[in-house]
Amino acid sequence: MTKFIDLTLSGISTGAIYAAVALALVLIWRSTRVVNFAQGAMLMFTTFIASAVISSGGSYVEGFVVALAAGFVLGAVVERVVVRPVENAPPLNPVILTLGLYTLIVAIAGMIWGNTPRSFPAAFSLHGYTVGGTTLLFTPNDTFIVLVVIAVAAALAFLFRATSIGLRMRGAAFAPEVARLLGVRVGRMLTLGWALAAMVGSLAGVLVAPSVFLGPNSFDPILIIGFVAAVLGGLDSPPGAVVGGIVLGLALSYVSGYEGSSLVPLAALVILVVVLMFRPTGLFSATKERRV
Amino acid sequence: MSARPLAVFRGSMLLRSLTIVVVAGVVLIVVSDSLDSYRNLQLAYGGYYFCVLAGLTVLAGSSGQISLGQGAFMAVGAYTFCKLNAAPVAWSVFPSLVGAVVATVLVGIPVGVAASRLRGPYLAGATLAFAVGLSALADKFPTFLGGENGLSVNPPTPPSWLGANFPLERWEAWIACAGALLVLFVLYNLTHSAIGRSWRAVRDDEIAAALAGLRVGRRQTLAFVVSAACAGLGGGLLSAVLQLTSPGAFPLQLSLTLLAGAVIGGLGSLIGAVWGAALLVFLPNWTNDLANSFSLSGNVSHNLPIAIYGVILIGAMLVWPSGIQGGLRAIGQAVRPAVASRGGRAASEPAKGEGDAEPTKDEGVKASRP
Repeated sequence: MTKFIDLTLSGISTGAIYAAVALALVLIWRSTRVVNFAQGAMLMFTTFIASAVISSGGSYVEGFVVALAAGFVLGAVVERVVVRPVENAPPLNPVILTLGLYTLIVAIAGMIWGNTPRSFPAAFSLHGYTVGGTTLLFTPNDTFIVLVVIAVAAALAFLFRATSIGLRMRGAAFAPEVARLLGVRVGRMLTLGWALAAMVGSLAGVLVAPSVFLGPNSFDPILIIGFVAAVLGGLDSPPGAVVGGIVLGLALSYVSGYEGSSLVPLAALVILVVVLMFRPTGLFSATKERRV
Repeated sequence: MSARPLAVFRGSMLLRSLTIVVVAGVVLIVVSDSLDSYRNLQLAYGGYYFCVLAGLTVLAGSSGQISLGQGAFMAVGAYTFCKLNAAPVAWSVFPSLVGAVVATVLVGIPVGVAASRLRGPYLAGATLAFAVGLSALADKFPTFLGGENGLSVNPPTPPSWLGANFPLERWEAWIACAGALLVLFVLYNLTHSAIGRSWRAVRDDEIAAALAGLRVGRRQTLAFVVSAACAGLGGGLLSAVLQLTSPGAFPLQLSLTLLAGAVIGGLGSLIGAVWGAALLVFLPNWTNDLANSFSLSGNVSHNLPIAIYGVILIGAMLVWPSGIQGGLRAIGQAVRPAVASRGGRAASEPAKGEGDAEPTKDEGVKASRP
């Protein structure tokens, strides 16, 4: 029973990270109809930047802030420079482009920082809480992770629902021509959408780095699982991404705890396929005609 | 020469493709005879890359589906080959290759059925998860699949009638090229048949294709399974050539590299798959030489090939989405009217369908005909 509770708790904290990655993917998909396969590489790169800041004497908070800022800038630059030209291309082109971007960023990170994984500090203690004499697998750092992700999700919800800029971003994403007629700078809104998404992604990178170590390829599984989470929720739905992330975090935590961690990617695949067989556009998406 | 034999030649797809395959086979044998052992090994690499890329290019170009899971299908083929070729079963090379293809088809059918329900990014993500997830099996069954160390087989022995001193590498090149030619033959005929036309119909307009009586899902599943079979053959050839199959040989990077090769060659074109295969074989060498000549540090030179793949993928999508073969086709079409009008038969030249997989091939053949 203790094991079950432990697995549930750690599932919630990894699920929060998957939710952040899924949220990043969903934000980009909503604004530009592109699945950003480079997201894993982008958040890896910003986490390396944070690591460089911290190892050269900066505090954790400085590294954290620099990573988020770098993510914001990186997202904006990527959208403006390479993604903009293929936004209206056939759907295969952006997929290949972001895969190319993934490959390039991984290679550049390897050139700069080497391919040997390094450790990354955690914000808070990694020793579990002690309740009634037993030490739980849930640590103060996990609390931090869950709270930060909840805060970000709430902030995004507020941004999109209650502010003028959020309304303009939604308009630019869903009805670009009408929005443009009404004076919204659509291109700028799309860039902002990418920048925000990349910032959420880089947050996930900093949060997950202490538990997986930091190397050019060490976030690939996170991206895959984050993608599965986004698809589970339906690529169009931010609340779906959060729910998908938590559900997947729990499921994979049980698989990892009871069957062994090597099966986690396979379990993610099975969950993805089973869900997509019954709901080809995810659990939370509004049913609609397939575009032809 | 009168027009009649040519007309027969032009009319029979089977005859034409057989001619292409035989000519290519003879050329390959002659070429491999003059190559040293290292170059023959490279030829063998090119052979199995071609198998995979041809399957992928037909899938993406004709049927309009994308698969990032070709590396996983290669792994299925490679592991099956090793299990069949190694000690307890100990089949010879060619039956083992057949077994590899059969096993990959069996795996490909359920994946293809799932894939036929998915579109665009959902399909890409599902096949991506497949590429990553499948390698976990090797760890799960360490005794059967060899865990991290993988499985090994004995090198294929050249048959005795080729002479006692027939080099191993040349025999490996022949095996791989035989597989490549088989793939070329099958795919050439498939894409020119009613099946290929139905794939393109489904790709261009699913609803119209369904109204015309095509079972869209089945057509897409078939395309997926065909491309999986090609990848499985490629994987089987890989383990025959390398004599080793381990999870490390099929990382996610491999699937992405394969996609890069297919895109750069030109999606939908079988000749494009040749360009792509050549690129995958030679690019690592070129970048290594490049890194050495600039005496770059280990980190940089180790990652340079990957970086170049990335740059090429991005660049191709931004500047030249139709790939090498698409570029050559464009040049060919620019040159052709001038040549044709000089011959006074411009009016008889039929208009070619744009974005079609096959005109390329036809034009390539026609152009080379005297």
